Amino acid sequence: MAAKFILQVLTANRLGDGEAVWWSADRRWSETLAGSEIAHDADAAAALEAIGKAAHAANLVVDVNLIDVELADGVIVPLRLREKIRAAGPTIRPDLGKQARPAAARAA
Amino acid sequence: MYRYDEFDRDFVNARVAEFSDQARRRLRGEISEDQFRPLRLMNGVYLQLHAYMLRIAVPYGTLSSRQMRMLAYIARTYDKGYGHFTTRQNLQFNWPALSDIPAVLADLATVEMHAIQTSGNCIRNVTADHFAGAAADEVADPRPYAEILRQWSSVHPEFSYLPRKFKIAVTGAEHDRAAIQVHDIGLHLKKNAAGELGFAVYVGGGQGRTPMIAKKIRDFLPERDLLAYTTAILRVYNLHGRRDNKYKARIKILVHETGTEELTAWVEKEFAELRDTELALPAEDVKKIEAYFAPPALADRPEGWGALAAAQRADEAFSAWVRRNVTPHRHPDYACVTISLKGIGEVPGDATDAQMDAVADIAEELAFDEIRVSHEQNLVLPHVARADLKAVYDRLVAIRLETANAGLVTDIIACPGLDYCALANARSISVAQDISIRLGDQKRQEEIGELKIKISGCINACGHHHVGHIGILGVEKKGDELYQVTLGGSGDEVTSIGDIVGRGFTAAEIGGAIETVVDTYLGLRAAKDETFLQAYRRVGLAPFKEALYGSEAKAA
Repeated sequence: MAAKFILQVLTANRLGDGEAVWWSADRRWSETLAGSEIAHDADAAAALEAIGKAAHAANLVVDVNLIDVELADGVIVPLRLREKIRAAGPTIRPDLGKQARPAAARAA
Repeated sequence: MYRYDEFDRDFVNARVAEFSDQARRRLRGEISEDQFRPLRLMNGVYLQLHAYMLRIAVPYGTLSSRQMRMLAYIARTYDKGYGHFTTRQNLQFNWPALSDIPAVLADLATVEMHAIQTSGNCIRNVTADHFAGAAADEVADPRPYAEILRQWSSVHPEFSYLPRKFKIAVTGAEHDRAAIQVHDIGLHLKKNAAGELGFAVYVGGGQGRTPMIAKKIRDFLPERDLLAYTTAILRVYNLHGRRDNKYKARIKILVHETGTEELTAWVEKEFAELRDTELALPAEDVKKIEAYFAPPALADRPEGWGALAAAQRADEAFSAWVRRNVTPHRHPDYACVTISLKGIGEVPGDATDAQMDAVADIAEELAFDEIRVSHEQNLVLPHVARADLKAVYDRLVAIRLETANAGLVTDIIACPGLDYCALANARSISVAQDISIRLGDQKRQEEIGELKIKISGCINACGHHHVGHIGILGVEKKGDELYQVTLGGSGDEVTSIGDIVGRGFTAAEIGGAIETVVDTYLGLRAAKDETFLQAYRRVGLAPFKEALYGSEAKAA
């Protein structure tokens, strides 16, 4: 049996201000992880990767990466702490970053 | 302090214009990220987890009030109302938009500041003793030489693409507060028997994944030969340093692999050819630079002694602050004041825009307009009359910067770690906060005495963990943070690299483990004045292993 595919989403930082962004299911770069397009298999991951490459080449985003996630009660949760912190903001400053914004706070 | 001449001003303004154009073209998509990345790094612009980061050079850690106010203004206008003072005496802003950075650099240029050479494989900001020009134990102010090195190394055509970054530190006192033995070049300014100034030269120190203590390759280099000898070292490094492996590219590896004797011979050979060239420092040029660093006119203020004693008797908190944060000045009526940026449970090195403005005001009114940034991530007012200490303290209380913990267990160095840094594997700041809260009781801290804890969130060691009396290194293991503890490191004139105590601790365990180490020390010290480091050097790892791991340690 093939190894279980680890879910992935596409992330980057926006060129102009460096804001962390994710490729969303409604096909735009979103400032929140919630609503990201999830790759459930290798083909979908390759498609996301192509979107990332194109966006990088179009100078919309930098530092493009596919990251591993899981679904917990329907909520996308990154596997690595690094990506959890990127999605929320500094753990030591809950008043800063996405965690301080109402939309992200609701989604969390 | 040093003031830009016309050449400096034109040079910095030209660089601002150049980078503004590069950023504009990048934002329009006319140049790619691969093309732009090295350009932005040359100007101190990094990309971190949440945003860009701008690292601003504070040459040898010296700031005027005007410059500090500009940093406050930038924090307020372009960032999120605070800045982070680093272990290299620099300042970092964590949230600037790339599109704003040209304006930030233009504002900085108006107060003679920039971000040039705060990244890249070049000679970085030259660091110095934060009490330079003021300390009672100093032979001479090292900053004029740091400034000469800054001018010489700025966009030096031969040394702008070295195998790896290159860091120089200078001290003018026997007691080394600049950690010169863990720098690529460490310079100890001193006098010879004839009373002439010169330098002991150390080469090949560094931390990172391969910590090394620098080797002394010259006991006394005459002042006039500073640039010729430094050039000789850099030339040897540029030629022989490894470029095939990033992790073996620092000069420490070259020194280690070549051997001190042979490397010294190479340097001396180059030096022989360079010493009587235009690199020899003319005495009149040194004097000219020295004049910029002339100490302020310090009038005798003997009334301070009585006033201070009375104020200390009346206020125990003030008294504790004087005990910890006040250091002897070469003028007996004055003192050097450490402004702790290590409030109990707060982020080491962070200051708000309002705090920066207030410190600038205090410095202007009560401290001869001079501020220093220490590599221990605190601020320093180098010249304060003893008679004014209470007034300075009261104003620090008003901005919550009166923590009386300089050199104590809560005066922790911590890199930004995984809360901000793209290279980090684990958080550092949260660990510092945890330890600070656990050990923050003033009486307990003073009972523990001098103890330097230093924390890095990855092996690059920006948090100087290798030279912490207690060092903490965060790593990632199976997706979780794990913290490795080292004991017995030191970054002063008797430099040592800490010893790894054993298996690591989780984020939940590390604070308790550090408390165990501290309690073990308190239980075994020979006398109340035997510091942690002295005790460790006497007893070694064993009692700490036993306390941390118990029967597990015996089995191992």
